[in-house]
Amino acid sequence: MPEAVEKVTLQLTVNGKLHSLSVEPRVLLVELLREILDLTGTHVGCDTTYCGACTVLMNGAAVKSCTMFAVQAEGAEVLTVEGLEKDGELHPIQKAFGDSYGLQCGYCTPGLMISTLQLLSKNRKPNEKEMRKAIAGNTCRCTGYQNIFKAIQLAAKNMNGA
Amino acid sequence: MSPEADKKNWVGKSLPRKEENRLLRGRGKFSDDIKLREMLYLRFIRSPYAHAKIVSIDVSGAEALPGVVCALTGTEVAQQTQPFIEIGPDPFAKIKDYPLAVSKVRYQGEPLAAVVAESPALADDAAELVQVDYDPLDPVVDAENALTNKSILHEEAGTNLVWNGIFEYGDVEEAFRDAAYVVKVDHLHFHRFSSTPLENNVVIAQWNPKDERIYYQCNNSFPSFAIQFLAAHLGVHIDRIRVETSDIGGSFGIKITSYPQMAVCALASRKAGGRPVKWVETRSEHITSSAHGNERTFRDTRVALDKNGVITAITSRHIDDCGAYPRYEPLGCVIWSQVFPGVYRFKNARIDFSQAVTNKCPVGPNRGYSRMQHLWFLERVVDICAYELDIPADEMRLRNYIRPDEFPYTTPNGCVYDSGDYPKMMQLAKDLIGWDDWKTKQVIARKEGRLIGIGIGTTLDSGTNNFGQSQIVNPFLPYSGNSQGANCKLDIYGEVVVAVGSCPQGQGHETTAAQVVADVLNIHPDLITVRTGFDTERNVHTGFSGTYASQFAVSGLSAVHGAAQKLKAEMKRLAAFALETNEDDLEFGTGAQGPETRAKSTGKSINYWGLANLVNANSAALPPELYELTLNCRYIWRAPFKVPDTKKKYGSLTLTYAAQLHMAVVEVDCDTYIPRILDYVAVDDCGTVINPPIVEGQVYGATAHGIGAALMENCVYDAVGNMLTSTFSDYIPITAVNMPNVKYGHIETPSPHSYSGAKGMGEGGAAPIHTISAALQDALFASGIVIDDSFNNADSLFRALTAKEISQADKLVKVEKRV
Ligand code: FES
Ligand code: FES
Repeated sequence: MPEAVEKVTLQLTVNGKLHSLSVEPRVLLVELLREILDLTGTHVGCDTTYCGACTVLMNGAAVKSCTMFAVQAEGAEVLTVEGLEKDGELHPIQKAFGDSYGLQCGYCTPGLMISTLQLLSKNRKPNEKEMRKAIAGNTCRCTGYQNIFKAIQLAAKNMNGA
Repeated sequence: MSPEADKKNWVGKSLPRKEENRLLRGRGKFSDDIKLREMLYLRFIRSPYAHAKIVSIDVSGAEALPGVVCALTGTEVAQQTQPFIEIGPDPFAKIKDYPLAVSKVRYQGEPLAAVVAESPALADDAAELVQVDYDPLDPVVDAENALTNKSILHEEAGTNLVWNGIFEYGDVEEAFRDAAYVVKVDHLHFHRFSSTPLENNVVIAQWNPKDERIYYQCNNSFPSFAIQFLAAHLGVHIDRIRVETSDIGGSFGIKITSYPQMAVCALASRKAGGRPVKWVETRSEHITSSAHGNERTFRDTRVALDKNGVITAITSRHIDDCGAYPRYEPLGCVIWSQVFPGVYRFKNARIDFSQAVTNKCPVGPNRGYSRMQHLWFLERVVDICAYELDIPADEMRLRNYIRPDEFPYTTPNGCVYDSGDYPKMMQLAKDLIGWDDWKTKQVIARKEGRLIGIGIGTTLDSGTNNFGQSQIVNPFLPYSGNSQGANCKLDIYGEVVVAVGSCPQGQGHETTAAQVVADVLNIHPDLITVRTGFDTERNVHTGFSGTYASQFAVSGLSAVHGAAQKLKAEMKRLAAFALETNEDDLEFGTGAQGPETRAKSTGKSINYWGLANLVNANSAALPPELYELTLNCRYIWRAPFKVPDTKKKYGSLTLTYAAQLHMAVVEVDCDTYIPRILDYVAVDDCGTVINPPIVEGQVYGATAHGIGAALMENCVYDAVGNMLTSTFSDYIPITAVNMPNVKYGHIETPSPHSYSGAKGMGEGGAAPIHTISAALQDALFASGIVIDDSFNNADSLFRALTAKEISQADKLVKVEKRV
């Protein structure tokens, strides 16, 4: 029988905005983002840390927010898809996904763009193998990945100012 | 007035998708993103058994938990509702299918109760407090076993045989009498898999007792079908059910069959006093209990061939496994016959088709629905005959393909293939893959002991189906033809707004619909708003509206085109009045004041605001003879079908036939037995292309589904009906590291059956499954292996290649030579 659970306080920055909250310890990071902060661009597609629809950037690293408790993000800087654009201008990765037809239903896209951001911030010219590996944890059921590969290459090119 | 020809500025162009703006910014609206005031959360209680009597259910513990609002059991549902409509005839028409199991459960994961609570977490907690006692029964997990009727799933039917029919055409006996070769194949098996869209099913239902209306926000992909089932089941007027969809995270047919869960959510909402109830399916629920693709076994196949390897007749017995409840079935028992001869010319055939229930997840129309199983069977038959007769696989196909000059081609069962050129597709595929080069490399590799195979798969994606074929499975069904609706209007300020009865899940309908209207009105697609998603209250749908069966480019866009032309005709009448000229003097375009209609003679023009104003806000200026104009034009497009001859099972069953020809080079690693794709080509022909990158993207997507299904994705049940692949970690959808680079090519044979020459596409006919089976066949035939299953992974190849007894091919295939 579940007992009344005591909430824990939590501070974290999401897309540049500081939040102080109190949540049940069992709340997952993805639940915090979607249900409490209403950032519904981050999605859920599985329950076994497989699909990466929930991928967000935490302190610069892509993490699967369905597999973390919100409290583990104490003090962290989190970036979600909503934080990619700047003053309404699309991030080069967003632009590249659009220009390359790198999405169909768009359910996987936020997670994929975050994984791409992690890749390109560490490796400005990824080769094919590195690129595939970087998104190995992101399932897309619609695109067959072909146009996602093109999008990542285009984003890399544009971010390198080539 | 006859409609003038469209400008061709936008149809055919690579227009960026309108959908992108919101989706890229994380501002899509998927069902789970919706939160309503006072919303409650529902969890299902599901059976751990594949087949069992329900002895008792005790929900009192769950109901006592603070924060739990109510619980619902199958017994309650049965008291309040009618069983779902059955599509099939007696005796299966007698079965009682409720959305929660009543007295027994028939597959692992079947829901039998639900709890509703203030939060998802509380609903989870409550579900664990529901006590159920079961009395296990004998499970039947194999369709052929099921047909022995030793353990019956549905007592009301008294049999596990859902449907049986003989499809016979031409003179089979004569063809076998005259045959130079007869090839017999003991069995072939097409496995169960599911396209598992990344977004699971989601339903939000509100049944407000005060106004007696049910409001759904959900991601069902065939809502007009769902409401027909729900209205009869819940006993409400169909107009009282509103279904709204917004962005949908893929469906591939799987989300067509979410109406049972929709029913439970509505009943739960009513019980909770009209508060909205949300159900978000978990991935495991999705894989165990939403819908799978049909599994099919092919028995006792006999093939007659002439001395040149031309197939003259095929006879076979097909047994389809539809899982525990027919639901959309037995439509699959006839839908395969849309592609009865595949891409081949043989005229004589007899297929004895049966469908059985088993203690597994019910099937649904999964991408390639019912046709891919049959097309895979035909491709296996063609390949097996080719290898046995020592005819190269490409040559074998060329000898048997329907020839380009034979289109439109009438199949033995009366279907009309609109257009095509299979030899040309083969040549293009060969060029793209470097056929001769690979053939040389293969010889060298073989000498090194490597197992490399090159395979071809030719397949069809039949689109825009004639629902009259349902009368072949049940002559009493009230369905025939096909239709789609669309609405095109000028709003009060002159905005062009389009609504379509389709229910897109990533296919870019907002974009392609805008392209079509842009050409009719000769304006930029950016000036056209296409409504997102589906809504019954837009009043554009017909009984067939939804997104399924590869048809939007034909049925959907024809409806959009018709609505736009209707609007344009009204605008012309208005403009002729306003500009004091005749209609022939008018042209459409964009001027200084936006989109407008101009009089060529005077150069005077009226913009869309002016036109809309006359009808909507300045109507005293309108002469009475123009009162009938609404600038709000609904158009229903109807496919020109007749009801098929149900006795002979003969007639036109689908309007367009897109074709796919894939080639793959596959190597089976001699140490690990892992099959690896070395090269892959997909050539597509879907007639005139509306938006090339959208088509190309869907070809890639269908290719990934097929490759995944061929090598990785399998719904595995053990002998007692436990589902062994109920998570993505076990089911393993294809990832970026497994997916090969695909070389894409296309040809266009315009369809004479659609206004634009387009053919429906998107399902892709599961070409990769046929192609990979063929490539493995090529790699392993010399080792005595005939590929008899559509699923092949390292494990199954290891077993086949290390089996010590007589070669499996000798047991499976027999050839009788009569020349
Ligand atoms: S939802 Fe997080 S990995 Fe699938
Ligand atoms: S675009 Fe649909 S899952 Fe990737």
